[in-house]
Amino acid sequence: MAASLSISTNPSFTSSPKIPHTLSPIPHSIKFPATTPQNSIKSLTLRPPRASAVIPRAAASQPSSDGSATFHGVCYVVGDNIDTDQIIPAEYLTLVPSNPAEYEKLGSYALCGLPSSYAARFLEPGETKSKYSIVIGGANFGCGSSREHAPVALGAAGTAAVVAESYARIFFRNSVATGEVYPLESEAPSSSPLLYLASPAVVISPTHRASSLFSLGDPNPHHRHATRAPPSLAPASLALLRRTIVAPNVALISL
Amino acid sequence: MASSAIAPTSAPFINKKELGFSALSSSSPFSIQRCKRTTVSKKICSVMAPQQSERKPATTGSVKTGMTMTEKILARASEKPQLSPGENVWVNVDILMTHDVCGPGSIGIFKKEFGQDAKVWDREKIVIIPDHYIFTSDERANRNVDILRDFCTEQNIKYFYDIKDLSNFKANPDYKGVCHVALAQEGHCRPGEVLLGTDSHTCTAGAFGQFATGIGNTDAGFVLGTGKLLLKVPPTLRFIMDGEMSDYIMAKDLILQPLKQPPGPHLTSGTSWARVPLGYLPQFVPIIGEISVAGATYKAMEFVGTTVESLNMEERMTLCNMVVEAGGKNGLVPADTTTYKYLEDKTSVPYEPVYSDAQARYLSEYRFDISKLEPLVAKPHSPDNRALARECKDVKIDRVYIGSCTGGKTEDFMAAAKLFLASGKKVKVPTFLVPATQKVWLDIYTLPVPGSGGKTCSQIFEEAGCDTPASPSCGACLGGPKDTYARMNEPKASYLLAPQVCVSTTNRNFPGRMGHKEGQIYLASPYTAAASALTGYVTDPREFLQ
Repeated sequence: MAASLSISTNPSFTSSPKIPHTLSPIPHSIKFPATTPQNSIKSLTLRPPRASAVIPRAAASQPSSDGSATFHGVCYVVGDNIDTDQIIPAEYLTLVPSNPAEYEKLGSYALCGLPSSYAARFLEPGETKSKYSIVIGGANFGCGSSREHAPVALGAAGTAAVVAESYARIFFRNSVATGEVYPLESEAPSSSPLLYLASPAVVISPTHRASSLFSLGDPNPHHRHATRAPPSLAPASLALLRRTIVAPNVALISL
Repeated sequence: MASSAIAPTSAPFINKKELGFSALSSSSPFSIQRCKRTTVSKKICSVMAPQQSERKPATTGSVKTGMTMTEKILARASEKPQLSPGENVWVNVDILMTHDVCGPGSIGIFKKEFGQDAKVWDREKIVIIPDHYIFTSDERANRNVDILRDFCTEQNIKYFYDIKDLSNFKANPDYKGVCHVALAQEGHCRPGEVLLGTDSHTCTAGAFGQFATGIGNTDAGFVLGTGKLLLKVPPTLRFIMDGEMSDYIMAKDLILQPLKQPPGPHLTSGTSWARVPLGYLPQFVPIIGEISVAGATYKAMEFVGTTVESLNMEERMTLCNMVVEAGGKNGLVPADTTTYKYLEDKTSVPYEPVYSDAQARYLSEYRFDISKLEPLVAKPHSPDNRALARECKDVKIDRVYIGSCTGGKTEDFMAAAKLFLASGKKVKVPTFLVPATQKVWLDIYTLPVPGSGGKTCSQIFEEAGCDTPASPSCGACLGGPKDTYARMNEPKASYLLAPQVCVSTTNRNFPGRMGHKEGQIYLASPYTAAASALTGYVTDPREFLQ
């Protein structure tokens, strides 16, 4: 199945795992295939793509001829071990996610727990939807509590997808169960300047390291690592990749 | 000491390592190759053995492969003869627990998906325990308890530990307090069973030799309707702890060990290096091998050995409680006479313990000599930012918090009282005591502390100048509404520029965990917390206990 995702980041972003910053508002695009999921949990809800009114957020284009949809959005980059207390501090957990008004309010608090070392905030005061629609994280994203409020808050704030090196188990499972954010796993550190996500491989350029995108509903990162594509590939176009890499059965849903 | 890289083989994946403690001190004599974040390979493919496919029983009789406790429990609960790690199975749930924070959301999903008039799968297998935001004037928090009550009435839920009179917890005969402690005290934890809860510390119940793990609202909503959940069988890490625990060591020290962060570049703001390829471990690794906050992700952690056998149930609960802080799916201590005695007067539901087979296959196995363990703390802002308590003796503190499912049980308060008694002095900083449940509160006020000539914990706490023990709940462990007792609301200490520092017996110290984002939390055992209260600095309990 053809799938392509691409995120281009600010070329001036420095490779620093220490103090993650947001990128300047250069539009970034993620493409997802519009095909239905194979090999995945059938009860997953497909959420319609969000339209953006004023701020360029994740706006879906028309499905292209290969069946993929494109999302353009600004990425918010965070570090490792972003725990659920940072994603949604406990004092806001009195909001019940299944209550629509409180769901929206949860969104307004997404990532407000990040320490003040994050100078650029995910949401400005008074905003209920973030201008960032893609969160790029490091290792162990979502660690800590089982609170489903965490992926819900991100989803309610308008986050379409999280691209992280790895996820904490419960957060990943909750993301998949709710369908609020699509949790993509990528081998690259968040400093990579260019990211092509093509089924089944994620190619990170210019280092040309590749990792694999795994089936939805398969939450074991170690199992997935065992079936990964080799770590380095010669530079290749996306088309070449699709032809040369034997894919594990990958299912993606459109957001 | 050379690092022993473990190459992937097709053989069963047991890695035995003999582990001592000399690498504990900050000036390690070992020239262990430490991975820097920028150079380490991120691939963990060397850890896991090739996935085993399911074996069919032979026609002449079942030829079964040895299974671990977790595999056996899930096999029985999914009605399969044999399971291997990696398999996804539909598991019958014995107990589903929820509380005031996640219950309303789970109920909302249940009604939305199964219908407004739907009935739960089994009114006796659901335990609803308000405990998180109870003693507060926050209207939404209070409303959430009302939502639980309405649901329990409508569904005739058998176990609902309700509270109505917030001004006096004792006026609520059904109210218990912290869910994980209440589950144990009320006899809902039983060996061999499957217990799921909408709380990450549900893994605490693994102390009873059962499979217990945390789930989110959506999964809980599904379980409410069906009594089943799709679970992936985790591989098991085995931790063999032998040796006698010194008088100043508690289970909290045992579990903080595994979470040690490998030395290397890391920020004081707490970003820790999360992933250590297990094949990279040097030969002598202090305790559960530097597995860090993600080292046990998706894995079961099984605790065995003479040290574990010597622990009472509450200490075993502390051990299993923080399994989730290593990313673990579940923790387990095999059931034994200690377990059966504890359960004798608490449950009459029959149970059947399971034990790992001799030929069970483990992802990795670690051995520890506990006798050399020293008291530990987890420094801000991560549970794996481990350090020796004595190395932090210059850290001035502003407050001490003794409470939570991790460190607010009867045994925890007993330990703190013993230390205060041994010192005979008064605390130098505000010391907040929050018993986990009504029963714990009662124990604090009635049980005599050994060696005190008949004094109760409460008397000793009063003489030491601690705050009066508060109403039982989760309290400030996770911050909560702004008016929560002992919440860290002030960013700065009263003496100006430094942020507030708290030594706490709780389980997490991420930024803002107990309230203000700049608050600094040192996780510690009750002994260490009490010792620190007496000096006003992070203090090794040996100052008072030897």
